[in-house]
Amino acid sequence: MVAKRPAYSNLVKEIRSGKFVLTGELEPEKTTGLEEILASARAMKPYVVAANVTDNPLSMAFMNSLVPSYIVQREIGLETVYQVTVRDRNRNALISDILAAAHLGIRNVLALSGDHTVLGDNKGAMPVYDLDSAQFVYLLSKMIDEGVDLAGNEIHGKVEMNVGIAANPNADPLEPEVLKIGRKVGLGVDFIQTQTMFDIDLVKEFLREIERFNCPTLVGIFPLKSFGIADFFDKYIPGVHVPKELLEGMRRCKDEPDKEKRKALYDQVNIDFFEPFIKEIRKTTKAAGIHVMAVFYERIFEPLLRTTM
Amino acid sequence: MIITKQKPFEKILEMTQPYDKVFIVGCGSCATSCQTGGEKEVAEMAGRLGEKVVGTAVVEEPCDLRLDRRDLKAHREALKEADAVLVLACGSGVQTLADFTGKIVLPGLDTCFIGETERLGRFYDRCRACGDCILDETGGICPITRCAKALLNGPCGGQVEGKCEVGEYKNDCAWVLIWKKLKEQDRLDLFMKFRPPRDHSKKVLLTEVILR
Ligand code: SF4
Ligand code: SF4
Repeated sequence: MVAKRPAYSNLVKEIRSGKFVLTGELEPEKTTGLEEILASARAMKPYVVAANVTDNPLSMAFMNSLVPSYIVQREIGLETVYQVTVRDRNRNALISDILAAAHLGIRNVLALSGDHTVLGDNKGAMPVYDLDSAQFVYLLSKMIDEGVDLAGNEIHGKVEMNVGIAANPNADPLEPEVLKIGRKVGLGVDFIQTQTMFDIDLVKEFLREIERFNCPTLVGIFPLKSFGIADFFDKYIPGVHVPKELLEGMRRCKDEPDKEKRKALYDQVNIDFFEPFIKEIRKTTKAAGIHVMAVFYERIFEPLLRTTM
Repeated sequence: MIITKQKPFEKILEMTQPYDKVFIVGCGSCATSCQTGGEKEVAEMAGRLGEKVVGTAVVEEPCDLRLDRRDLKAHREALKEADAVLVLACGSGVQTLADFTGKIVLPGLDTCFIGETERLGRFYDRCRACGDCILDETGGICPITRCAKALLNGPCGGQVEGKCEVGEYKNDCAWVLIWKKLKEQDRLDLFMKFRPPRDHSKKVLLTEVILR
């Protein structure tokens, strides 16, 4: 039930051409500067077709994702996937932002619920959720495919974007998550990006489950830059378990006193884990690509992709 | 039932501090069941506030003007004398008493929610009075109230083992409950149904129900 809308973005063009695609991730922070994001974008550009720009992940009040989404495209020439959550904006604000994004030439939007405000760094904020993420996809379809807003008011000019959603293959129980994705895909979704995956069997099971919805899916991976990050992930990100052998491998690297050597060791552990992971996905599943969340760890792209792509 | 909690006594002391003569009104209905504003709690409050209390009464339902009129008739003099009325009832009771007495009113309770009572002292948030009930579609489980994001098309990515990301994964994810219930009832088509955005203007404008 893939939406019949045209491929407006390079990302969706490449997916539809049958290419195995890679996307990256950029994270604006609590800053007014864009130097770091631009450096990251520059570093990943040779490897990815597009990069997601996160929208206040974990409900942290960071820089608005639209600005870096635009600047990265303009300055670096790397297409972006503009992430938008419904947590901080009512339908009017969503419509405004999408109109602005269309003007700025944004071609991909990822419609998200967003982590709840009580998890964030300004916990007293009023959570909005005027629309949920499915209703946001519905709104986007109206704007893109029909040229009207939610109430049916006509839009002057065109909104030419492709729509993505996130999926959580780690969800337990999985069935309501799968059914929900089916419900959403029916509203006009061009691609799916999954949350971080470490378990290849779960990836396979999930992709099998959603195959009937016929929506291109990119599997999310999160290369681990240091033992600290790996340990944090394992302990504090609910529903995500870093496999024992990977965690142990990372632990062994952390005692290497020489910084450069330590970096090389970490990289090797990641390559040893993710190289076969990606190969297996390419060989045995119908995944459309990989979403590589190597935030501030762009140096891993080259060695990781040398043999997998 | 309207579920209430008593405000901390220091807060009540602070509120009543400017007034020399205070009349206390309790509630014979919800706040009695919550043990926050019944005969016992009104007597206790009068004892703690001491001399400034010029009278007390428990109205059957203070949120009903007719019952205020009936049950406060005998207290007319004491009420007249009072500088302020401390109300141990929900916010609706407080406002109805403001209308009825014309006095300064002080809320002695915090109004929490429209709840389900498991037993005395165990109450659960069940209804946000949204004005457009969909419990028929959601297996009798309200997503507006029980989903932390009030999603109409859940679950979100924040559920882990059926628990919600809000509240440190201690509370059930409403949408997993809804899925389970509808599956049990062989009504998963209702789970799959897309619920379009709500017309919030309806609720905004729904401030009175006037039948006659
Ligand atoms: S849908 Fe929920 S909030 Fe609305 S009236 Fe029904 S129970 Fe109350
Ligand atoms: S985890 Fe469940 S209850 Fe909590 S916000 Fe998400 S859908 Fe709602």
